[in-house]
Amino acid sequence: MGTKKYTGKLFITEAVMIIVGLLFLAPFYFLLVNSVKPFGEIMSNSASWPQIFKWENYSRAWELTRFPQAFRNSMIITVVTVILTALISAMGAYRMVRANTRFNRILFMLFVAAMVIPFQSIMIPLLKVVNVMGVNNSMVGLIMCYLGLGAPLSLFLFHGFIKAIPLEIEEAATVDGCNPITVFFRIVLPLLKPMLMTVIILNCLWVWNDYLLPSLILQKPDMRTIPLATFAFFGQYTKQWDLALPALVLGIAPIVAFFLLLQRYIVEGVAAGSVKG
Amino acid sequence: MGSKRMSGWWPQLVFVGPVTIFFLLIMIIPFLLGMYYSFTDWNGVAGTVNWVGFDNFKQIFTNDSDFWSSFWFTIRFTIVGVLLTNLVGFFLAYLLTKKLKSKNVLRTIFFMPNVIGGLLLGFIWQFIFVKGFSTVGDMTGWSFFNLPWLGDETTGFWGITMVFVWQSAGYLMVVYIASLTNVSKEVLEAAEIDGASRFQVLRGIILPLIMPAITVCLFLAISWSFKMFDLNLSLTKGGPFKSTESVALNIYAEAFQNNRYGLGTAKSLIFFIVVAIITLIQVRVTKSKEVEA
Repeated sequence: MGTKKYTGKLFITEAVMIIVGLLFLAPFYFLLVNSVKPFGEIMSNSASWPQIFKWENYSRAWELTRFPQAFRNSMIITVVTVILTALISAMGAYRMVRANTRFNRILFMLFVAAMVIPFQSIMIPLLKVVNVMGVNNSMVGLIMCYLGLGAPLSLFLFHGFIKAIPLEIEEAATVDGCNPITVFFRIVLPLLKPMLMTVIILNCLWVWNDYLLPSLILQKPDMRTIPLATFAFFGQYTKQWDLALPALVLGIAPIVAFFLLLQRYIVEGVAAGSVKG
Repeated sequence: MGSKRMSGWWPQLVFVGPVTIFFLLIMIIPFLLGMYYSFTDWNGVAGTVNWVGFDNFKQIFTNDSDFWSSFWFTIRFTIVGVLLTNLVGFFLAYLLTKKLKSKNVLRTIFFMPNVIGGLLLGFIWQFIFVKGFSTVGDMTGWSFFNLPWLGDETTGFWGITMVFVWQSAGYLMVVYIASLTNVSKEVLEAAEIDGASRFQVLRGIILPLIMPAITVCLFLAISWSFKMFDLNLSLTKGGPFKSTESVALNIYAEAFQNNRYGLGTAKSLIFFIVVAIITLIQVRVTKSKEVEA
């Protein structure tokens, strides 16, 4: 068991997989090498290694997309959304599991059923609701939308996880005089850590990369997130690849760095979040 | 006792209240409003909403070939996209659960496209299709690379499909890997000793045992491809001449470009019903094929 030798067959499999892996990476090669070429060289040969490195492409793209601002906006929106979504969904799920009333059971069913609703089916009237609440064109409005849209899946994931946590520890704490809020924050929340990671990672990837919702809610240029800034930039500089490509590299850099740093957790989180999809 | 402490009305309010408020405000109310608006001539400007009965639906069913061709495009894309991503995702997982030396690096590489949003991926691939492919075509002389990529209906369809598979196969691979590592080694070895061929093991043992993962992956892939928007917007914008327009893009354009919000919500409602039916059928069918492991 488990001590099989590294056979010739396995070597061929490995070689084939490495070739497939390189093919998967090829688009990134084209993106990176051409992002530092002058325009003429991109047009004459897009596959070659750059003859001279024109780093100035990057400084121009950095300024023209107002990258620091877009990065900051994306950060604020993602961090606030992700933390609040995790918190309110965990609290809701906890209560629904522990106080198994008919009301809570029906409510939970409603959350689960809502997972089927595609965003495009509610986006038009959602804008109306956002306008009526007076939070149009603001990050607060956008974050509120994310809280509602992200709640069903997050709550569903927590619900399944909390069901498996034994009740005894909480009961002991209650006997010791802790109130429900202290019990939740001191005892339950730390136990939820694996699922918290999953929910936070799934929501991070979703909110950071989302284009459609912010494009509908944030109209002011200074509120643009990275996808919005990239979209606007691409519209303006279509086919000016010596600017568009470095802008794209800047746009994907933060999330790729995030992934490479935390890849173990991200891959585990994705696997855990899908088991009960 | 604990249950007694949890039974007050205020913990209910504090714990369930916040998430429920946002859920009602952001999902349920718009959903119900959408049903109402689909029977009106709402144009997005407040104050002029008239009840028009089934007019919107009549118009969609009798006089909106663009909507139906976008539906047909979405259905074709979903069938091809779901099959290909699952096949690629499964085989990557199947090979990566063997004892390869580079399996961790490869897993990272295959998953990486997935963390980047569809919009930016689409823009990156626009460059690959327009410039990269033609360069490779010049170097190799393969006519495949010299096709007018994204320039006509066929290459647009396959271009979007290719990027979609490249983006999502890695995610499904992760789900399949998680499931494949749970398949007991003893069972596989027993089958091998009994002289089962590799294909027989795959069909007779592995596939039935990972049926739950297949359910999840089909569900995810259908949901992504049916609602595809970002890739579509950044690769072809639905063109040329709306030949690669997805339903999501069609609804978006109807509401926010043509300012026919009432008509847009009617289309959204049809879209929702179709998505709900597909999801229910699909979960039913695959659940019935699961075996107890």
